[in-house]
Amino acid sequence: MSDTAAGLLSIAVLVLLLAAVYVPLGDHMARVYTSSRHLRVERLVYRLSGVRPDVEQSPRSYALSVVGFSLVGVVVLMAILIGQSHLPMSRDLPGMPFWMSFNTAASFVANTNWQSYAGESTLGFTAQMAGLAVQNFLSAAVGMAVAIALVRGFVRVKDGTLGNFWVDLTRGTVRILLPIAFVGAVLLIAGGVIQSFSDSTMHTLSGADQVLTGGPVASQEAIKELGTNGGGFFNANSAHPFENPSGYTNLLEIFLILVIPIALTRTLGTLLGRRRQGLAVLGAMVFLMAVSLTVVTVAEVGGHSATAQAAGAAMEGKETRFGEWASALFGMATTGTSTGAVNSAHDSFTPAGGGGVLVNMMLGEITPGGVGSGIYGILVMAILTVFVAGLMVGRTPELLGKKIGSRQMTYVALYTLTTPALVLLGTGVAMALGATPDTMGNPGGHGFSEVLYAYTSGANNNGSAFGGITVTSTFFQVTIGLAMLLGRLIPIVLVLLLAGSLAQQGKVPETAGTLPTHKPLFVGMLVGVILIMTGLTYFPALALGPIAEALA
Amino acid sequence: MLTDLTRQSLAGLRLLLVMTVLLGVGYPLAVWAAGQAFGDRAEGQPVSYDGRVVGSRLLGQQFEGERWFHSRPSANDYDSLASAPSNLGPSNPDLLALIAERRAQVAQTEGVDPTQVPADALTASGSGLDPHISPAYAALQVPRVARANGLSEATVRRLVAASTTGRSFGFLGEPGVNVLELNLALQRAD
Repeated sequence: MSDTAAGLLSIAVLVLLLAAVYVPLGDHMARVYTSSRHLRVERLVYRLSGVRPDVEQSPRSYALSVVGFSLVGVVVLMAILIGQSHLPMSRDLPGMPFWMSFNTAASFVANTNWQSYAGESTLGFTAQMAGLAVQNFLSAAVGMAVAIALVRGFVRVKDGTLGNFWVDLTRGTVRILLPIAFVGAVLLIAGGVIQSFSDSTMHTLSGADQVLTGGPVASQEAIKELGTNGGGFFNANSAHPFENPSGYTNLLEIFLILVIPIALTRTLGTLLGRRRQGLAVLGAMVFLMAVSLTVVTVAEVGGHSATAQAAGAAMEGKETRFGEWASALFGMATTGTSTGAVNSAHDSFTPAGGGGVLVNMMLGEITPGGVGSGIYGILVMAILTVFVAGLMVGRTPELLGKKIGSRQMTYVALYTLTTPALVLLGTGVAMALGATPDTMGNPGGHGFSEVLYAYTSGANNNGSAFGGITVTSTFFQVTIGLAMLLGRLIPIVLVLLLAGSLAQQGKVPETAGTLPTHKPLFVGMLVGVILIMTGLTYFPALALGPIAEALA
Repeated sequence: MLTDLTRQSLAGLRLLLVMTVLLGVGYPLAVWAAGQAFGDRAEGQPVSYDGRVVGSRLLGQQFEGERWFHSRPSANDYDSLASAPSNLGPSNPDLLALIAERRAQVAQTEGVDPTQVPADALTASGSGLDPHISPAYAALQVPRVARANGLSEATVRRLVAASTTGRSFGFLGEPGVNVLELNLALQRAD
């Protein structure tokens, strides 16, 4: 089979697999968040934690729970990382330095998984399992809880509450993430991903020594992809043969990355009682994903760069078993969601391919976005779209039976400004103060792209990198750490306040003048608004980086 | 608000500790237990020669000298405690120089025209631990390896075919030749 046929067939099979689970998983998730029954294990969790599961929370209380839980998560994870030498299976490694532990804790709590350390030489097994992987689950469950709270804002009528955060968090973890992650982890082991608890030294044929590294890799790999986290057990992430040994595990990982963000559009439609609305949102996501995949694949397979032409193919930073097609597909999936795992070095992608994955993040992680954050992100863009449409025809904008007034638009405007401000200010300050040429791994425009990529990845909670950049200085640890935390928590608080303001309203009856938001016209307008917002915000920065490089 | 935040944080701390037991200990142990059904797959597929473990089927190694098949260039010299790509950019002059240098070197080693050297022989992998080379790069090395080991080219080609991993299910990923397996087969054939 030719590379092209195999590549296209892989994409087709991925689409079929996602389509097969779309309805059952989407509806399962809808039931999870609406069921009035608590599982026995959940009751135990509530009792041990001292939370009352049947209390409905106000938006303010819900937001304080999210913020409090996240801050506690940062502190506890920092303590684990700094004190890891006292934990079992520490591999005799010392504790992590303070600012690196801050950066790492912020990163994993914010569902970003930006990594300024190399896992195999920095972390013991307990720190990985009981520290990082726990946040992989919980940060993903937080994202889903916030998305569901926003959907409740649209569904509820004249209601001051959004549900119970602790219940949403626990159910998302126990009923959705844990079972799928377990099955995924076992399927990964079947494909050769390791799950062992010891390192050993081997004497190779050619007389050298090589360490056979162990680790609870499969368990971490499964939730790392499923929770759109992305933090690798090893420095090379999903390019490492122990994390991703074959074409089969590669497709399974891409499936795990995409499955929840995609199926959540079904959950949205089901909870709203408007299934076609879920499909419309999915349509906008899929269109942008298809464009992005085409750009990245054409660039990588075509080898449109100086080095690729010199070598004969764009294989620098790519594994033989994946090649260009499977690397481009993974690159699209990991940056279109807020995952940030990589199976190839994005830094060595062609200018158009590397620019493509960068723009994917700049879209705001909504194609299809992180677990939960993709849904609330694209709903915010949908509100912006009905607002723009309302301005054009001179009607009060409304979405899903809720009026979009000045209060809602204030939250939406602040939401859409937060991440770009963090990206552009972060990059600007770094270029002025922290990013000397020797911190960049490459000369010229590409060095600037590395800095731009770092803050884009951090503030959008992606976590992948143009890895040539050296980010271990206190300047980078602190600023990227703050970009990740603020890029996570500010939008979440705004979304919850927005949800509260919607829940308080009555329902506006639909009339002949209501803009239908489940039809292709709206999907087209939504895509247009997303592209225009991204273009206006980031074009100047892109012009200095990947565009300059592609034209050079 | 601050007292409210403190109260919520305390509840959060307790829930986090409970979840740490479930997700941070119970889950990985359950996966480990299930993984035992897959034998050495969960252990990194160590391979032995002469009764000792000489490598993992999944981890590439450095091979130098006439008698071995050579692996791809590696940004970390196949150090499994420092997996990494080169991260050299698509127009980086250092990478262009490296590619030219490797092309000349491989062409000389194999006694072929520089234009015949395939891309994977000129580029470092994503992990620095790529266990595979392309079938084209393996084919390029067959005459030299056969000569150095006193084997016929046909025999060596047969060994290459036996160490070639196809695409998963015939269509996922790309075919590659496992260099460690191939060199072990060569060692056994000697």
